Amino acid sequence: MKQTENLSAALPPTNPAAPLPPKPLTAKTLPDDEFFFGHKGCAGCGGALVVRQTLKVLGPHVICALPAGCMSAVGFNFPQLSFANNAMITPFAATASVLSGIEAGLRAQGIKPEDCTVVGFAGDGGTADIGLQALSGAIDRNDDILYICYDNEAYMNTGIQKSSLTPFGAKTTTTPAGAHVHGCLTRKKNMFQIVAAHDIPYAATASIGYLNDFIKKVQKAATIHGTRYIHVIAPCPTGWGTREDETIDLAKEVADCGLWYLAEFEGSQLCGMPGGKYIVNRRPKEFSSVEAYLRRQGRFKQLDENDVQEVIRERDIAWAWLDDLATGAK
Amino acid sequence: MKRFLSGDEALAEGVRLARPNIISAYPITPQTVVVEHLSEMVEQGRLDAEYVHVESEHSALSCALGASATGARTFTATSSQGLLYMAEVLSYAAGGRFPIVMMNANRALALPWNIYGDQRDSLALLDHGWIQLYVQDNQEALDAVLMAYALAEDERVSTPVMINLDGFALTHTYETVDIPEPEQADSFLPPYRTKNKFDFEHPVNIGYSAGPEFNRYYKHAAHWDMVDALPVIDEVEKRFAEVFGREYPGVLEEYRCADADRIIVTLGSVAGLVRQVVDDLRNAGEKVGMVRLRYMRPFPAERLVKALLGVGAVGGSSEASGEASGDDNADDGARSKAPAARSIAVLEKDISFGAEGTVFTNVSSALLQAITCAPSASACGIRDICNFVGGLGGDDISYEQVEGIFALLKRRASIVEDPNAALVDASAEASNAASGAAKAAAHTSPLDPRKKVYFLGIDSLEEGGAR
Ligand SMILES: Cc1ncc(C[n+]2csc(CCOP(=O)(O)OP(=O)(O)O)c2C)c(N)n1
Ligand code: SF4
Ligand SMILES: [Mg+2]
Repeated sequence: MKQTENLSAALPPTNPAAPLPPKPLTAKTLPDDEFFFGHKGCAGCGGALVVRQTLKVLGPHVICALPAGCMSAVGFNFPQLSFANNAMITPFAATASVLSGIEAGLRAQGIKPEDCTVVGFAGDGGTADIGLQALSGAIDRNDDILYICYDNEAYMNTGIQKSSLTPFGAKTTTTPAGAHVHGCLTRKKNMFQIVAAHDIPYAATASIGYLNDFIKKVQKAATIHGTRYIHVIAPCPTGWGTREDETIDLAKEVADCGLWYLAEFEGSQLCGMPGGKYIVNRRPKEFSSVEAYLRRQGRFKQLDENDVQEVIRERDIAWAWLDDLATGAK
Repeated sequence: MKRFLSGDEALAEGVRLARPNIISAYPITPQTVVVEHLSEMVEQGRLDAEYVHVESEHSALSCALGASATGARTFTATSSQGLLYMAEVLSYAAGGRFPIVMMNANRALALPWNIYGDQRDSLALLDHGWIQLYVQDNQEALDAVLMAYALAEDERVSTPVMINLDGFALTHTYETVDIPEPEQADSFLPPYRTKNKFDFEHPVNIGYSAGPEFNRYYKHAAHWDMVDALPVIDEVEKRFAEVFGREYPGVLEEYRCADADRIIVTLGSVAGLVRQVVDDLRNAGEKVGMVRLRYMRPFPAERLVKALLGVGAVGGSSEASGEASGDDNADDGARSKAPAARSIAVLEKDISFGAEGTVFTNVSSALLQAITCAPSASACGIRDICNFVGGLGGDDISYEQVEGIFALLKRRASIVEDPNAALVDASAEASNAASGAAKAAAHTSPLDPRKKVYFLGIDSLEEGGAR
């Protein structure tokens, strides 16, 4: 009773020495294996897609750790344990430090399989707020772990409260929209810039709406040693006030209208350039309408014309910064 | 090999001999020397462990948690604010049944800021599911590490262990310590083997959530496994004595208790002082004794009750009380020696504000249960029990104070035995409720049997003395 065997009996036996698939994976060639199923996530949950697709790419020898948040809350309900690979829950603030411990423990005992990735899945709150210190510590030590932030832009598990990744203007239960204040007043903290400032070996932003790009980044991260960070935008119908069949569409649109970007950072260690290298993976020639993206979501209902203009202004500043970094690095 | 070592250094030597795979710790006075020494040992190749330079105590224990889930032997160390900072993770470690061993240098808690020793840090966290051991000297600190791993990793126990050393009084005080040879340590402590870990052939989900319909089973198991660790502690110590030739008295130590009419119950390094006072008073013909609690969790209620009620006190058996009281001869032997009634003082470096010292609460509860359930099983009555809170924020507990406690117990006993004294007191209070000053005076009189909690260095132990 100290631990529970899970559903892995149904899995085919695995070869510890199996190398990663040589060919780049795409949405079409992703393995049929399922490692995250039977969970209690809402229909249309973006975060659950992040976990599911990542595990398909990383294969059966992954060990994953999840802090308090929606994905652990929906995935670890004894006796309905939803991970077919090794997995554990962590204290809310401790995703990165538990990952460090797992990796160090395996290495110190000499029992880490060649194809084993130690990966964490933490929400925006678990990453940019309470878990930021531990993440910074792990990057500082350059521990050999992959950290994935599934960003649904609020504390969803506790009922949609503001995090430091909640965007300007979003209504949450702690940033209610009324006559005086139109929702969240702060801007989204830039986690990509924060981890890059650590000269992390590899960091990327992604969206579950652009699956091939996301898969490619996970696959690339798996081949790199040291700390790796992928920040994936993952819409949440429950918290965003959208239909469950809109999730993928929204995850595309947020990148199309420029409020999210798909980019990579290769640290100096990896690319050989002092200060590292920024790569923009997708630069829309023309952004789609920010207003259209905002208006289709319940959380932005109350925004007025000035608010929308403010969002657009912030977007342009963010892109100017990113373009500058990416061209400066060429 | 004998060396002159501080408590911190002795403990670090114990850790080296226990060969942990992973050490993750964050510095804090007065634990710092431990992490410095371990880092040095790793650098010199004397210790083949991975030292993870975590950025906080919360991460220190979280890292140990993750490592333990891979089957690694793990060590961490902290103190005071650091222990409180990692408090959240204590319950994860215990609930996940990870046999992590931690050293805690007992230190005061802010505010006011204070780096010196008291025991409020660990005693505030008794309920988090960790085994808690309080050592008395530096040799015990070293030996405790090896025994802690043996205990924690015993499949029946599977519970983390916190080894507490009084800040500065032990951590920074030098004593001669016998350091065992690595081969000896290896023969005592085999590598950690467990099923409670990740498995690449048969993957597992570790540390999940369990709702109301299952939760109680986990907590029930954790409670009884901890209680059942009591005999395992004796087993481990017996094996330790066989390998190293040093004997330890189990969950508690009874010192000259059998015929004592006054006993001080205490824990940690102050036991050395109390022992000396007991010896000196014994030489002067006074019947005094000491119980040193070594473990606060699991709480050694049975042995404590036997020691305090005079049942089977000689030899300090930790067998079940049923067996002991079934043995008439042993019982009679104890009865003939035990006094008719006895006074108990609990001396601790802790206060649970608004109540009393936490050790006092635990001791009182054990006694109340024993006396309520089986009054006839007692070889002697308890006529008085009170609580002495001392050593807060590193304050010295003096020889005179300990002597004063025994003297006060004696004077209180004469009052308690005179029923009129208590009556007069109570009626005076009732008839003169307006006299607040009289009431206050009664409550501050050290001889008032209703006065239970004394702050050493503030409350007078002498009748008529200043408060
Ligand atoms: C130390 C601690 N503080 C607060 C909580 C309560 N809590 C649990 S999940 C959560 C929000 C998680 O938000 P996020 O990380 O964004 O993940 P999401 O639920 O949105 O997937 C909070 C505040 C907790 N479990 N632990
Ligand atoms: S609330 Fe949002 S993030 Fe949480 S399970 Fe539901 S859809 Fe997913
Ligand atoms: Mg979130």
